[in-house]
Amino acid sequence: MQPRRQKRLLAVLTVVGLLTGAVAAMLYAMQQNIDLFYTPSQLVNGLGEKQTKPQPGQRLRIGGMVVTGSVKRDPDSLKVSFDLVDTGPIVTVTYEGILPDLFREGQGIVAQGVLLDATTVAATEVLAKHDEEYMPPEVAEALKGIKHVPPSRQVNQPDSGSY
Amino acid sequence: MIVEAGQLALTFAFALAVLLAILPLYGSFVANKPMLLLAKPLAFGQFFFCLLAMLALIYAFRTNDFSVINVAQNSSSTLPWYYQITASFGSHEGSMLLWVLMLAGWTALVAQFSKALPLQLHGRILGILGLINVGFVAFSLIMSNPFERSLPFFPVEGRDLNPLLQDFGMILHPPTLYMGYVGFAVAFAFAIAALMGGRFDSVWARWVRPWALAAWLFLTLGIMLGSWWAYNELGWGGWWFWDPVENASFMPWLAGTALIHSLAVTEKRGTFKSWTVLLALAAFALSLVGAFLVRSGVLVSVHSFATDPGRGLYLLVFLLLVVGGSLLLYGIRMNAVRSQARYQLFSREMMLWGNNIFLLTACLIVFLGTLFPLFHKELGLGTISIGEPFFNQMFYYLTIPFALLLGLAPWVRWKQQQLLPLIKPFSLIAIASLMLALGVMASMQSVQANLGLLGLLLGAWVGISALAEVMLRLRQFGSVSAGISKLNASHYGMTLAHIGFAVLVVGVAMTKTYTVERDVRMQEGDSTSVAGYEFTLTDVYDLNGPNYGGQAAELDVSKDGGYVTHLHAEKRFYRIQRTIMTESAVHARLSRDLYVSLGEELPGNAWALRIQVKPFVRWIWLGGVLMSLGALLALADKRYRRKSSVAKQEVANA
Repeated sequence: MQPRRQKRLLAVLTVVGLLTGAVAAMLYAMQQNIDLFYTPSQLVNGLGEKQTKPQPGQRLRIGGMVVTGSVKRDPDSLKVSFDLVDTGPIVTVTYEGILPDLFREGQGIVAQGVLLDATTVAATEVLAKHDEEYMPPEVAEALKGIKHVPPSRQVNQPDSGSY
Repeated sequence: MIVEAGQLALTFAFALAVLLAILPLYGSFVANKPMLLLAKPLAFGQFFFCLLAMLALIYAFRTNDFSVINVAQNSSSTLPWYYQITASFGSHEGSMLLWVLMLAGWTALVAQFSKALPLQLHGRILGILGLINVGFVAFSLIMSNPFERSLPFFPVEGRDLNPLLQDFGMILHPPTLYMGYVGFAVAFAFAIAALMGGRFDSVWARWVRPWALAAWLFLTLGIMLGSWWAYNELGWGGWWFWDPVENASFMPWLAGTALIHSLAVTEKRGTFKSWTVLLALAAFALSLVGAFLVRSGVLVSVHSFATDPGRGLYLLVFLLLVVGGSLLLYGIRMNAVRSQARYQLFSREMMLWGNNIFLLTACLIVFLGTLFPLFHKELGLGTISIGEPFFNQMFYYLTIPFALLLGLAPWVRWKQQQLLPLIKPFSLIAIASLMLALGVMASMQSVQANLGLLGLLLGAWVGISALAEVMLRLRQFGSVSAGISKLNASHYGMTLAHIGFAVLVVGVAMTKTYTVERDVRMQEGDSTSVAGYEFTLTDVYDLNGPNYGGQAAELDVSKDGGYVTHLHAEKRFYRIQRTIMTESAVHARLSRDLYVSLGEELPGNAWALRIQVKPFVRWIWLGGVLMSLGALLALADKRYRRKSSVAKQEVANA
């Protein structure tokens, strides 16, 4: 082969090799870091047609509405537990730390954590968006029956001021 | 009236953009000089009318004209005046107008500062920029009109600006970021214009370089400001979340960084041509991907605007047209371009090639990590999320070889480099970095093999190597003092930017390793000790701000019995939006930040507080600032302002 061709072949092979390595490493890393999303009813009844349920110890995300009156705080520490619901079953989430500013009862939230037993999740992170209009889309989708109307889309009431 | 005038100005801008897209481009193919000469006034006119439209919108915000939907939803009469101005680009509609204004601004700058270009190329570049702006102004007019009124019924008070955006960082972050995003349109236009004409050489590269550098400068600054804003405003002390929208700005940055390095090869050696053109196309295409991701609502993020499928579809079609059209042109024309330069395996060319490979791999990782959940969901495989650990792990593996290469590359000659002469200086640099890294760790009384040590080693390697390389070049002029004024500004710029990268790496690694974070429950008078600092909650009281209430906490911090500082953290409740916001208290020093945010009120007259001690976190932003300064220095290089012989001929002919 001509040296020029040889060099080009070498360059192409290096690129292909690097890319393959990078993609393989990426997929491997991704596999470990993918967290499936569940709603409380999916967690209890199983997900999809096969009704697959997560195993205790599995990392996952769960999203639902915080049940009103279910937030229980430990008087001496920052431990807190609350219940999540979408259309039926209830799942309890435990967490230690500061809840986000917009965490409220009746509000949709997403928690990231580890499944302890069939209906308990130990959260490492609780997310509620900094926006009153926000409803996690996964939750909104799961709650098809209950329509969430963001305040800006609500029809202006006459007393909200016009003229 | 003023609002309608703004609407009219935007319509005029649209008309001028259409003319700009048609006339000079047509003129360039039929060699019609008057049409080509029209490009410049059209570009100025377009910018003027975009500016008028923006000013009209700001006027509507300042006069609290709540009959304008955009104003009613994003402002209020109690909002401080500077936030009323920034609110004009806080919403989807307003930010799109800002985007259009920036694009028109870049177009006008190109019209003004590219006198050295041949007239035909000049006309084509402006024409292509006009074509892009046609798409965006039309989007602004049709899909997201910022001037839309809600007459006859309108509210007497606005819904206020999202409290998150009521921050100093928000005044600067969007304009700089957009300057960066849109700036890559200029490099894109240069690439397309050259593809049309088929002329690629070092002269072309020298024309594009300052524009690509300027766009990169703004994008770097914009991302840094965004990170700094998130750190201050989101209240949990993070500075990068791998949030889809952050990733959307990071992708063009990575491609842009690859572009400015590849341009160096094209300018100096006349090779890597097709590669450089592809990068110029990619950088702008990724900016458009970013715009699509933020504005279509396909991805969930802190930043995303309210979703609207119509807008998403428009942007997707626009994106496909731009990417498809440019790639088609690229495929047709690029065959003709041949790079002739020869170089060996161990040469500057190969080093920069390595840089590009790493940057593009990083870009690919971010791209896949951001979009994989989307594909996964669309394929019906369930909703998933790919979080920080994935990105952190991948960037950990990428940064190590990248930084090692970066320390080596500036020493390597073009074409061919002998290995032997480099062994001695690099052994010295390696020993010096080891000593420096261990020295820093010893001064922190924590010598151990961890991420922090790795970051310090890599940072020292890159930093010392960059400094030593400059000294070497200066000595080549005879003496250091004689060389200082002779070395190119762009060389200083490169060194400064590389040192900035070193500083950034050190900041990231040290913050990741040594941050101590504690969530504590405190009553007034309680003390808690975090990383040797003693935090005492002295007082909690009610706040009364212009458009918010809430509580404030006062803390005293001491270390080893000595007073360090006083911290003031707030938890604000914005009345109109009924939103709670955390205003964290930060005491910043180069070596560490003390960061306290006030959490919720707990039963028993107590408060939850998040207390963090974050060593070296300032270095992250300092690194970004140094990189931007490096780009600024490189821009100041004299050779970008020298007129080319081609232009002189044109002038002589005219």
